[in-house]
Parts: sequence; structure tokens; C-alpha cells
Amino acid sequence: MKLLFERSVPGRKQTIFPDLDVPEVSFDQTLLRDKAPRLPQMAEVDLGRHYTELAKQTHGVNDGFYPLGSCTMKYNPRVNEQVSALSGFTDIHPLQPAETAQGCLRAMYELEGMLAEICGMDAMTLQPAAGAHGEYTGLLLIRAHHLAKGDTARTKIIVPDSAHGTNPASAVMAGFTVVSVPSNEAGGVDLDALRAAVGEDTAGLMLTNPNTLGLFDPNILEICRIVHEAGGLCYYDGANLNAVMGHARPGDMGFDCVHVNLHKTFSTPHGGGGPGSGPVGCKAFLAPYLPGPQVTKSADGSFSFVQPEQSVGKVRSFYGNFLVTVRALAYILTLGKEGIPEASEAAVLNANYLAHLLSKAGYTLPYGERCMHEFVIDVGPLKAETGASAMDVAKRLLDFDVHPPTMYFPLIVHEALMVEPTETESRETLDEFVSLMTNILAEAREDGERLHGAPFTRPIGRPDEVTAARKPCLHYVFDEEA
Amino acid sequence: MSTIPAELSYTKSHEWVSVEDDVYTIGLTDYAQDALGDLVFVNLPEEGDEVVAGEAFADVESVKAVSDVFSPVTGVVIAINEELLDAPETINEDPYGAWFVRVGNVTEVGDLLDADAYAALCEQEG
Repeated sequence: MKLLFERSVPGRKQTIFPDLDVPEVSFDQTLLRDKAPRLPQMAEVDLGRHYTELAKQTHGVNDGFYPLGSCTMKYNPRVNEQVSALSGFTDIHPLQPAETAQGCLRAMYELEGMLAEICGMDAMTLQPAAGAHGEYTGLLLIRAHHLAKGDTARTKIIVPDSAHGTNPASAVMAGFTVVSVPSNEAGGVDLDALRAAVGEDTAGLMLTNPNTLGLFDPNILEICRIVHEAGGLCYYDGANLNAVMGHARPGDMGFDCVHVNLHKTFSTPHGGGGPGSGPVGCKAFLAPYLPGPQVTKSADGSFSFVQPEQSVGKVRSFYGNFLVTVRALAYILTLGKEGIPEASEAAVLNANYLAHLLSKAGYTLPYGERCMHEFVIDVGPLKAETGASAMDVAKRLLDFDVHPPTMYFPLIVHEALMVEPTETESRETLDEFVSLMTNILAEAREDGERLHGAPFTRPIGRPDEVTAARKPCLHYVFDEEA
Repeated sequence: MSTIPAELSYTKSHEWVSVEDDVYTIGLTDYAQDALGDLVFVNLPEEGDEVVAGEAFADVESVKAVSDVFSPVTGVVIAINEELLDAPETINEDPYGAWFVRVGNVTEVGDLLDADAYAALCEQEG
């Protein structure tokens, strides 16, 4: 499709200015541009059509199945939007006195309490704006804890090799060095390698459980014990919390702090810029270091802001993405104590159903058919047999209005397709996906080379990612520049 | 089948090493560059930095992932291949010419494999 600059017609415009009825002023020549900015010149209707055309080429949960592993692309119920649009939540200012925004403070306080209960934590902050931001915040708490004890030798964070890439990145941002521990054959943490990795320099461990293979680590209590005995703390990456809500709590597994992704697990907007929200919870001994201000409730039932005594400081302005947190509160209250664990059960059931049928269809599941909320297909054997790779299978799905699963992650499975259906999807949708995947398998066996050309029906098939990364084109190049 | 020159030594994490006058030159193997795919960024240490056997001293980024490059030796970086910074594709095109760093004052050398043992490792990893 054409770009706005290519649709531009000199002189075409939308706005007709009224006659000038105020005195004309002139600016110093040095403040003026030499040339008018080269903006596209077009009518409002053409601009509108351009963006509508772009919008038609996007894919969201409202368009179709979106089994993007590790991203929990669940449906966001409309009631969340209605609640967050209430004027009591929208027509406020972050600097107005707390006593005039009691409802908002109460919403924050109650959400913190519910998230803390789901995670088995004692305190929460809603400030972090996304998952990795939450990781960073949690690591600052861990660092503050060690430094408060005068322990400056704890400089290392242990991260399993199946971890999300954000874990090591956040650890480095927070001033730590990263030690990677390998997975065992079952896909969990190799306990001997962990024992060998911990020591007096261990600040903590970052772990996702269930992990990125969709496997709940049965050694989780032992893992946390090993780290604690070495003097380190345990951080729970809540990316996969959707598998265990209401069934298992990170706090009970032995974790000291945790972040949750409201935009994944708690049905707030995701993709397309969110904005996200990554509240951080911690056990009581870390609470004094939380970012401030924190909401507290007085004996008379009123809410106010307090600054934790040894706060690591703000990690974001004001109170985080407040209206996003309101959506999460609406979601939790809609589902209630019964619905929250049911959502996890359905997410796990859907994933196991898909894993079983895809395995039966002929796909390789390197860690078996049993999984939590997601599972990993290894396309390696299919690639060896037919030449069709994980990329080819993923690209072919685009032709059928299905968003592909996460590709080439986790890194420990080289031709990985990571599938996370979420609880949102009906059995019919899952069956339809299995039938598509079965057809693609047959196509690969018939002519693996042909799939290198997929998708066949989309405006863009295989963008040149290598050239885009090596020589990014960051602005429109006008004819005279070319 | 990837190229594995007989005169070099190798690590289990797919770096190659050559030694001349106690200076160790380190790069990524053909097998590694092939597995990583087209590389788009490289981070190198600076001259004078210490490297430790078994620990990451550089990283390479493909469109798929960022991967650490591990040092086979403990010592001090005496030279870096600055050309890689502007042309990471050199590693794909000529993995055994595209050296990353030269390390001197080497006090420890980790476990190294000869070409045959490394070929067996690659065979095993598929």
C-alpha cells in the first residue's frame, strides 16, 4: 500500500482558515525555518482511509486466534473498559489532595491486596509500567536488602538458560552480573548446577515457574532453599502466572518478591502499545524498600499516601498506569475467588488439549504432552525431514488469519514454536487450529520448499529482517535525497 | 557440514582459539555462526579489559537472539577487531578470519578441544 507521502498532492488540504482578524507579527529571521516542513498534503477522508487500511492489516484477539506463547494474549472483557471509563477514575489529577480522590486510592489499595493474596506476598507497588520494569524494581529491592545488611559482595544474579531475555537484561540494568544455569533433561533447573553456582556472591535467583517450556518445576522448594541457604533471595517472574492463579502461590513456593503482568494475566490491553503494567509484590522484610508513595488505610477507613522508610525511590511518575490497574481490578472482581482459579484451569486444559492433538497429528513435543498453560513444539525433526522450518510453519499460519505462536524461543529448543492458547478460546477454535496445523504438516511433507514462500496471501511476506537491523531506514527518503 | 580447521583449538561453547607467541586469538566457529544466523550487532570488550576463562567477554546479536561469547582463557585483552563492529556480517562470511580479540598475560586456559573432538561435538549437537 502507498505511504502518506506517496498519496500527497501539492496544495491539497483539509482546513480552510478564516480571514486574518488579528495584527500580523513577525519573528526574528534566525527563528524561522528555511523551508516549509514537508508534510503530506491531503484531505481528511484520504488520511482516514489510509489509517483504516493499515488497521485492517493488523491482527488482534478481536480478529482471531492469537496463541503467542509466553504473551498470554487473552481476551480483555469490555466491562474492564466501562469501569475504567467512569468519570471518578478519569477526571482526576495526580496532584490533587488524596482526601479528594479516596475512591481511586481505595481501588489501588484493594488491587494491591488482591494481587498480594494471589501471589502470597505481603506488600505491592503498582508503579512499574511493564514486566521488565517490574523485574528491575524487584532487583532494586533485593540489592537494597543486601546493602542494608552491609553485604556488598552479593553482585551476581542467577538465571536459568530457559529464562526470558528480559531477566538477564534487567539484572545488568540493576547493576548485577548474570550467571546462567543450564536446564536438566526434564526442562527444569539443574539442581547440581545451581548448587555449584550459588555462593557468597549470590544476590538472588530469577525464575519463571512454570518456565518458558510450560513446565512447572517440581523441585521449586529445593531450588528456593538452595538459594536462601547461600544467602540469596528468590525473584519470581510472573510472566506465566496465568497457569497457577488460585492454585499455587509464588510466596508459598519460597519466593521473596515477584512481578505480575496485568497486561497478560489480568486482561488489560496488550500489544499495540498497551500501556502495560507490572506491579511488584514482596514479603514484609522487603516492604520498607518499595517505591513510594504507597497507599495505606487508616483505622477510620480513609486512605492516604506514605513514603516507605528506606524506599529505593520512584521507578515511575506518580502511581503507575492507573487506569490500567483499574481494568485489572475490574477483571479480578468480575471473576472472583472462584473464577480466578477456573481461568487458570481452563488455560492449562486448553494447552494440554492442543499439545495432545498436535502431537497426535505428527508434531514433535520435546518435553512430552503434559504441560501447564503453554508448550513448545520442536519443528527440528520436520525441518530435517522436509526442509520446512519453524519460521515456515509460522508464516503459513498467517494465510489463515491465525497469529503464529512465538518462534525460536526458548533458545534451548532450536526450532521452537511456543503455543499458548489461553483460557479465552473455545474448543471449536482449538480444533480449527489443529486442523490448520495438520494441513501445514501435510503441505510440508508434500513440498517443503514451497513453504519457504509463505505467506502467499499477505501484502508483506518475508521482510528482510537482517537488512532492517543492519541498515535501518528510519525516515522517509524524498526523491531529491535519493 | 561446517568447516573445522585442524590447526585451531575449540571450546564446547563454539569459540575457536589460536595461539602464537603466548597471544591467544579468539573467534566464533563456522558451526556457531551458522546456528546463530545472520549477525547484525557485535559487542566487544575494550583493550586492557580482563577476561576470565568460562565467562562471557562479548556478545553477538542475530535477528533471532543475543548470544554471549565466552572466553576460553583468563588474561588481558591486548587487541580487538574493530572492523567487526561496523561489519558483523564478516563473522558469517569468514568465521575463522573474523577474530574477536587477542588476549595476552594469560594465566589460565580452560578446557580446549582439538579439531576431531570438536567435530564430534558438532555432530552430536546436530
